[in-house]
Amino acid sequence: MSVASLAAANPAPSLSDRLSTLIFSRRGLLPALLIVPPLLWFGVIYLGSLLSLLANAFFRIDEYSGTVVREIGFANFVAIFSPANLDVALRSVTMAVAVTLACIGIGFPIAYYMARYARGSGKALLYVAVMLPLWSSYLVRLYAWKLLLAKEGAISWLLSALGLQWLLDGVLAVPVIGGSSLSFSPLGTFIVFVYMWLPFVILPIQAAIERIPGSCLEASADLGAHPAQTFRKVIVPLAMPGIAAGSIFSFSLTLGDYIIPQVIGNSTLYIGQVVYRQQGVAGNLPFAAAFSLVPIVVIGVYLWLAKRKGAFDAL
Amino acid sequence: MRSSATRRAAGAPWLLKAATWAGVLFLHVPLALIILYAFSSEDKSYVFPPPGLTTQWFAVTLERTDVWAAVTLSAQVALLSTAIAIVLGTLAAGALARWQFFGREAISLLLILPIALPGVVTGIALRSAYHTLEIPFSFWTIVIGHATFCVVVVYNNAVARLRRISPSLLEASMDLGANAFQTFRYVLLPQLGSALLAGGLLAFALSFDEVIVTTFTAGQQTTLPIWMVQELIRPRQRPVTNVVAVFIIVLTFIPIVTAYWLTRAAEDGSAR
Amino acid sequence: MTSAVALNQVSCVFHAGGKTVQAVDGVDLDIRAGEFFTLLGPSGSGKTTCLRMIGGFTLPTAGSILIHGEDMTHRPPYARPVNTVFQDYALFPHMSILDNVAYSLMVRGVERSEREKRAHELLEMVRLPDAARRRPAQLSGGQRQRVALARALINRPGVLLLDEPLGALDLKLREQMQSELKSLQRELGISFIFVTHDQHEALSMSDRIGVFNKGRIEQIATPAELYERPATRFVAEFVGAANVLSGAGAQTLTGHDNAMIRPELIRFGAEPGARARVTVAEAQYFGAFWRLHVASIEGTRLLADVPTSAAVPTVGQSAFLHWDDGAVHALGAA
Repeated sequence: MSVASLAAANPAPSLSDRLSTLIFSRRGLLPALLIVPPLLWFGVIYLGSLLSLLANAFFRIDEYSGTVVREIGFANFVAIFSPANLDVALRSVTMAVAVTLACIGIGFPIAYYMARYARGSGKALLYVAVMLPLWSSYLVRLYAWKLLLAKEGAISWLLSALGLQWLLDGVLAVPVIGGSSLSFSPLGTFIVFVYMWLPFVILPIQAAIERIPGSCLEASADLGAHPAQTFRKVIVPLAMPGIAAGSIFSFSLTLGDYIIPQVIGNSTLYIGQVVYRQQGVAGNLPFAAAFSLVPIVVIGVYLWLAKRKGAFDAL
Repeated sequence: MRSSATRRAAGAPWLLKAATWAGVLFLHVPLALIILYAFSSEDKSYVFPPPGLTTQWFAVTLERTDVWAAVTLSAQVALLSTAIAIVLGTLAAGALARWQFFGREAISLLLILPIALPGVVTGIALRSAYHTLEIPFSFWTIVIGHATFCVVVVYNNAVARLRRISPSLLEASMDLGANAFQTFRYVLLPQLGSALLAGGLLAFALSFDEVIVTTFTAGQQTTLPIWMVQELIRPRQRPVTNVVAVFIIVLTFIPIVTAYWLTRAAEDGSAR
Repeated sequence: MTSAVALNQVSCVFHAGGKTVQAVDGVDLDIRAGEFFTLLGPSGSGKTTCLRMIGGFTLPTAGSILIHGEDMTHRPPYARPVNTVFQDYALFPHMSILDNVAYSLMVRGVERSEREKRAHELLEMVRLPDAARRRPAQLSGGQRQRVALARALINRPGVLLLDEPLGALDLKLREQMQSELKSLQRELGISFIFVTHDQHEALSMSDRIGVFNKGRIEQIATPAELYERPATRFVAEFVGAANVLSGAGAQTLTGHDNAMIRPELIRFGAEPGARARVTVAEAQYFGAFWRLHVASIEGTRLLADVPTSAAVPTVGQSAFLHWDDGAVHALGAA
């Protein structure tokens, strides 16, 4: 092929050709160009917001004018440790832990069944069945429970049909968790939380159990372990990263939620509600900002613990 | 993980099976109930079982202007947030999918953060930023919040697809005479297309359904989820709420299922 | 003889995860027009990197690359008059076979009827006339490979680069494609630059071979020269089985410090005139010949290939080795 015919085959480069060549010859140029818009957005808007949150946590409200005084102070942090607020924080953490334990308790058998016994189309069906609630709206699912838990609702009806009305009344009379009806009690709040986050907990556990090589379990049996021992010594430890990963969802989602306690609970407050109430014009924005750091810190600690259990490898 | 033949033949212990199906029932009964309630003729309470069945409430709901206003606002916010998220998410995926560079891990963490941190935190952070900069609440304050947490949804889909596209495809295109822009248009974009669509649908559903961050950034405006929360706390017309609930199920369900189906189809099709 | 592709002192250094890798180190290469040239070497030896630099997918960190006499060191792939057949074929999955083959004409703005006509011609040439409307996923590996070939040749490039194109094919298909590629190259009269780690492939197809080791070229020669007169120990051992002798053993048996004898040039015979006395340690059956592992009294181990038709000594037996003077090839130091 002669050089002359080469020149005829390649006409003068167009603008897009020249731009292409520029991108091509400088290796780092393209990724740098691509990352700038998202980085700007996230840097300015998101990090900027978080910084302003942090800053506001140190400011305070002028009691007479209601405006924010931009001076560094620690008044908010002192206020966090007041009995009322500590109470709120403690209640939220307790609820988060309880919900997490319940989700693991209910979710583990399901995950176990899905991973070890379900096959083929049955398995796909089960997978979709667990995912389906996630695909419908959070609020609708919450609303559904409002209906279920109402005094005149389905659960009441079922219990009285079974003659167990006295059981419900007894439970509702218990001081800390009871209330006027299921839909206005911490117990109700608890049930709804568990319902909401259950799929989030099931899926990572199922994935972790699935990753356990069948040959490990056979080896355990071969070496003389009963099924219960195999379960305790082999399956649970190997599934732990998945359990830890799933628990991150249920813990952090519960800790930050304020809608469910507001809709289903009684008048006791949770962290999210306090933050929400204080952020309005009539409230104390700096305090809300400071108080919202509490869930961040708690989740940070939880994440560190979960990471040590291997959760990040299971995500 | 393959179980041994003997175990498969024996089947699961009945207790485990019962627990599993009880769990699945637990997950689904509430949703089924909602659909039932939308047809209930009772309008003063949540009584069960419903005294009668009727479809009248559907017509009533269609006439409620506040419902339409909320739906319209939610749809507009979702569409715009999704558009922004698709652009930013694809750009970020393009930059991070293949090249190793300083700060890459940090940037992907940054993209995930809006969803990883509790909604309250993201919400109050944006709120305090708006307050500090004295930005009044508006359509845009909502959109900014939504776009921010929707980016990661598109990003995940785009990165997953980009990683599956063999680099030799792009090299082949350039080898055959296409410059970078032509390669993007004829080879990369068609391959990426269904992943972006799936990501966009998920982002739409996420934005349409989001309530926590929205309440911090909306001021007096009412998106459909905000409307729903107001009805939950102070019910105005219960049957209308029931109908709207069914409506929301359908509106968020369809995009998600479509996205799921799109991703699965692409995975099967391009498994070469 | 015009030069199709010339590499002058080309080097390529990669930085990956904090480590620096010298993939290609000061390579000089001159590939002539119309030549079937093979880059041969083990994986990681730099042969693929060299090919990619010629194609423009990797940029050299030093040196220059000339194609048809013109410096194209920093030109992007779409501005070079070379085309590539990729190892995984890289057919565009979302396009039909016809659109795949016609792709390069499409991006240059050739009209649809014209480019489809040309694409059909190319498909005829690679004997896939009916595949036009199908998708890559519907074709077998061998068929996809031919489509990749057609797609690369539609531009009438002066140089075709082939990156281990036969690696994914099974043995029979591979051998068939080897002879097809060879005759295609002869027919087209263009240069083929072929990368492989399979020395049988290289020997049977090439006009000349460049043997790569650790980023450098150890020898450039015709297949026969490479086999009979390897320049270094590495080349001797890489291209075919070899007895590479060094040190005292080499001196005793051959009179050189470093020498090579091909196993098939060693014969078994009677004691008079024998070069060495050995015991047979092991025997491997290869169908057409036996490969015997023998050891001399001094401990030198050798391989001897004996046709199955001849008398084959058994394991444990004592035997005497003979070879011609010409069978010994002196090697440079290691």
